[in-house]
Amino acid sequence: MSARLHALANPARFARFARRILPWMAALAALCIGVGAVWGVVFAPPGATPPEGQGETVRIMYVHVPSAWMALFVYGCMALVSAGALVWRHPLGHVLARAASPIGACFTLLALATGSLWGAKMWGAWWVWDARLTSMLILFFLYLGHIALTHAFDDPGRGARAAAILALVGVVNIPIIKFSVDWWNTLHQPASIIRRSGPAIDAAMLAPLFLMIFGFTFYFFAVWLLRARAELAALRTRALRLRLLAP
Amino acid sequence: MSGFGALLRRDLRLALRQGSDTATVLAFFLIVVSLFPFGVGPEPQTLSAIGAGILWVAALLAALLSLDRLFQADYEDGTLDYLLSAPAAPSLLVIAKCLAHWLTTGLPLVLLSPLLGLLLNLPSAAYPALVAGLALGTPVLTLIGAIGAALVLGARRGGVLLSLLILPLYIPVLIFGVGAVEAAAAGQGFRAHLLLLGAFLLGALALAPFVAAVALRQAAE
Amino acid sequence: MTSADRLECRDLACLRGERLVFKGVSFALGAGEALRLTGPNGSGKSSLLRLLTGLGRPAAGMIAWSGASIFDDPDAHRRRLLFLGHQDAVKPWLTVRENLSFWAALHGAQPDRIAPALAHFALTAQAELPARFLSQGQRRRLALARFAAIPAALWLLDEPTTGLDDANVATLEALVAEHCAAGGLAVVSTHLALKLPGAAALALTGASGQQAA
Repeated sequence: MSARLHALANPARFARFARRILPWMAALAALCIGVGAVWGVVFAPPGATPPEGQGETVRIMYVHVPSAWMALFVYGCMALVSAGALVWRHPLGHVLARAASPIGACFTLLALATGSLWGAKMWGAWWVWDARLTSMLILFFLYLGHIALTHAFDDPGRGARAAAILALVGVVNIPIIKFSVDWWNTLHQPASIIRRSGPAIDAAMLAPLFLMIFGFTFYFFAVWLLRARAELAALRTRALRLRLLAP
Repeated sequence: MSGFGALLRRDLRLALRQGSDTATVLAFFLIVVSLFPFGVGPEPQTLSAIGAGILWVAALLAALLSLDRLFQADYEDGTLDYLLSAPAAPSLLVIAKCLAHWLTTGLPLVLLSPLLGLLLNLPSAAYPALVAGLALGTPVLTLIGAIGAALVLGARRGGVLLSLLILPLYIPVLIFGVGAVEAAAAGQGFRAHLLLLGAFLLGALALAPFVAAVALRQAAE
Repeated sequence: MTSADRLECRDLACLRGERLVFKGVSFALGAGEALRLTGPNGSGKSSLLRLLTGLGRPAAGMIAWSGASIFDDPDAHRRRLLFLGHQDAVKPWLTVRENLSFWAALHGAQPDRIAPALAHFALTAQAELPARFLSQGQRRRLALARFAAIPAALWLLDEPTTGLDDANVATLEALVAEHCAAGGLAVVSTHLALKLPGAAALALTGASGQQAA
């Protein structure tokens, strides 16, 4: 297994791998999201007895929950490839990390926006400091920090290596932050009104929800491969240009 | 061990001679705390209700002030290369620098905090929790800050970038530090909060110097 | 220092940022031998010395001490070397003596070697002076005084003669000769015609390779 991983780390081979896999990922993403969205919006019931007349707005969960899941999943992937880059000193890991973090930031932003929209409909407040949304906000800061650090150096290699260390520090801190925010939230909001940012999920909603989660995951892989290929091409161009200027 | 002692003594001596940030950090702490009555009104009840939070956020920001210079001077004059090629383990040297930094910035914050608590009408039961919490929390801030400071060496606008990187990582310390003070103010036990802060400190002591050393090594590459 | 000490490099390549600085560099140095590094600016003399110090990994090739790669035991490698880079790392607000004492203490050297080391480079008169009053040449001499105070088997010096007058260049030459006579190894990069009797020479010519003389 590790031999095949190492073989994949060759940039040319990665480009070929990406070219083969990309159409499948895109197709699976379109299929899952398409079916999941239609099923969730058109067919599944709007959920169990709504606490405060949520009605149709609960369907925003079909976007909010997958986005929130992806926000964490992408950070995990980023940390994994960063660890690989640091341990095996292979530049492909850095390329993958640099490609992944803006995607993760967008998913986090989407989760925050949909969470806020749902909250606006549900409680009339555009933002509530409940545990999940607050944790998402902090995760968004972690992504911003990673992107900023990557681009903060004149030498892109230095930026990549620093960001890799930051990604690993972040992934260790995420459980600690989640635990602290959960504790903080229970302390300050004992009432049941703003307890969770999501309703109890009806069993009938689960299947389309999982389809959406899979769809988002395939979508992420597709976009990730696209971005990684673009980054590799940019790297090659820079190297070629350097060779022309300084033989 | 001789390397640790030598670096600690040198950094403390340098802080004494070339004027450390101690005065600036304390002044910043005082000024930020003093801004809040202008912002939220001077009623003693309001201030004492949010006093714990104000003090901790202000201490956090003040601790951040001098962090980007933790390794900067050594990086710029070439000392870092020599430190990284010295016999002593780099993580040990990082602990020495963090200790010197905390003694000149964190510890003064801890000592000034009761006075500022007076300004915010903090209930008297809260003071031990405030001082103990800051005493446990400020070293954690220095240790986590050391990782950030090492990562931004040579970056453009490293100071601002450092804040963006490590303030999210400070949030757990902030939550439990304030939690301790508020529990004490409400007459409840705050030992659990302090134990958790202590756990953060032990964890940071174990991991942060190693990570900062890795970051320093790749800054010197 | 033992007579079995040996520094070897084979097919070393170095990447600085995205630029290939040199490749295919090889040499071997035994106990008591010195190596002079020459080459135009940008040919990678400083990079090579930094790789030998362990500050950064080579893009290819290996560096070995007495047969074992230096990356197998980085702590041991740091204990046996002393490095002089482009910068002097002199703290302006410490006195000359305090600067040197710090480095001596960091390397575990005996404190009674400090005064003779300062005398060696004619800095005794400035010993209690804050280092911010030193000239550039005096700072370089202070940085070099470490080599007189701290015992180490491998010396790595990058342009040690910068800012030195003839008398101090001669002092440096004598110091290196004494070090090699006692069985130490030295790799020195220098533009100036530093007299290193019996030294091998390595001329770096940039990414197109290297040639030994």
